[in-house]
Amino acid sequence: MGKMIRVLVAKPGLDGHDRGAKVVANALKDAGMEVIYTGLHQTPELIAEAAVQEDVDVVGLSILSGAHMTLFPRIMELLKEKGGGDIMVFGGGIIPAEDVEELEKFGVARVFGPGTDTNDIVSFLKEKLHG
Amino acid sequence: MRSAAKLDKIVDDFRAGNTAATGRLLSIMENGGPEAERVIEKILPDIKGIYRIGFTGPPGAGKSTLISRLASYYRKQDEKLGIIVVDPSSPFSGGALLGDRVRMQNLSSDPGIFVRSLANRGTLGGISNCTDEAVDIFDASGKDVVFIETVGVGQSELAVAEKTHTVVVILVPESGDGIQAMKAGLMEIGDIFVMNKSDHQDAGMAAREIEASLKMKRVEEGDWEPRVILTSGLKDEGVDRLKESLDQHRKYLEDSGLMKRKRREILYSRVRSALIDRLDRRIRSSRRITELVEARMEDVYHSRISPYTLVHEIDSMIKIE
Repeated sequence: MGKMIRVLVAKPGLDGHDRGAKVVANALKDAGMEVIYTGLHQTPELIAEAAVQEDVDVVGLSILSGAHMTLFPRIMELLKEKGGGDIMVFGGGIIPAEDVEELEKFGVARVFGPGTDTNDIVSFLKEKLHG
Repeated sequence: MRSAAKLDKIVDDFRAGNTAATGRLLSIMENGGPEAERVIEKILPDIKGIYRIGFTGPPGAGKSTLISRLASYYRKQDEKLGIIVVDPSSPFSGGALLGDRVRMQNLSSDPGIFVRSLANRGTLGGISNCTDEAVDIFDASGKDVVFIETVGVGQSELAVAEKTHTVVVILVPESGDGIQAMKAGLMEIGDIFVMNKSDHQDAGMAAREIEASLKMKRVEEGDWEPRVILTSGLKDEGVDRLKESLDQHRKYLEDSGLMKRKRREILYSRVRSALIDRLDRRIRSSRRITELVEARMEDVYHSRISPYTLVHEIDSMIKIE
């Protein structure tokens, strides 16, 4: 057995639509990962702090509010500040294609849009983290 | 495995109060083995014997919500807190959904509190098998008190009692009647019983039934008398009384010498279980024993020898005295 993959799944910001985040969290659990789910309405500070306390390998953010261009960079900046700069960040939600490109340039590992097969997320994470 | 220099760096950062380094050391404890042992050696001078409180009870009793309320009462007295929350690992996938932080959102912004979610990774008993080691990390990091929240338990997952100084059993009005309360197991390990969800119409009655069954137990003069406290974690009612009772129990433990005894018992059982682990690893990695087992299992399968005969043969190969 390889090293256990630990994932933080969080919903930053104000929208209350957590179905997607829960579906992903459940799929990652079923794929043998330890998933820390933190719930709705999280500030970037709370998410980054939880990620380093939990020593996760990856943070998954679900954003449907339109504030992704602010929230992703802010959380990644805070992770770096707190000594978690090596933590991979991926995301999902309602995010326009041109923004996806921008975010991936900024260092977001991947953005998964609506309709994504959860198996794709699982294999993406396993490949990235176990090589 | 990390290089010695890299491990030293993590320990140095941990000593400097870095959260990420503390998180990393907790992972090293979870993964166990020689690396975890090396970390414990390094931090041993910083370990003072932190006060441990266990919180247990059935799933959905409100453990996490109540703990997050209670935490603020400790913070008001400027006590620094480590919180370990345990959820079950899936026996099928090995994965886990660790959801206790959802109820503890207000705690992450306080630098005096460190919350860590642990999956039980198949350990029975309601806690993680690295509980002692994780407590050591909190202890060495200068925390004053550690909360250990078990998985939602049934009647006989009682390991938390062996790993803590004070046990709080959290129940709800639906947990059962007076007969349930008289049963062995969970109802025998509590120093303090909490009837949570006190706004429920049956809460008062349920609390009185627990009280009545506790009164049936003999308590020697001067011993601690377990008590029942009505709380609502959600509405923050009765939590102040829970804190008072916890303070009283802590004082009782110190005054009676029980704290010292419990600390010794925890360390003694830790030596025992580490020894058993070590022996188990040695037995499994011994080529001579493996060969003997392979050769003799056929005899066991065909009832030519009993399982115990084989064990005697193995035992005689391990010369301890």
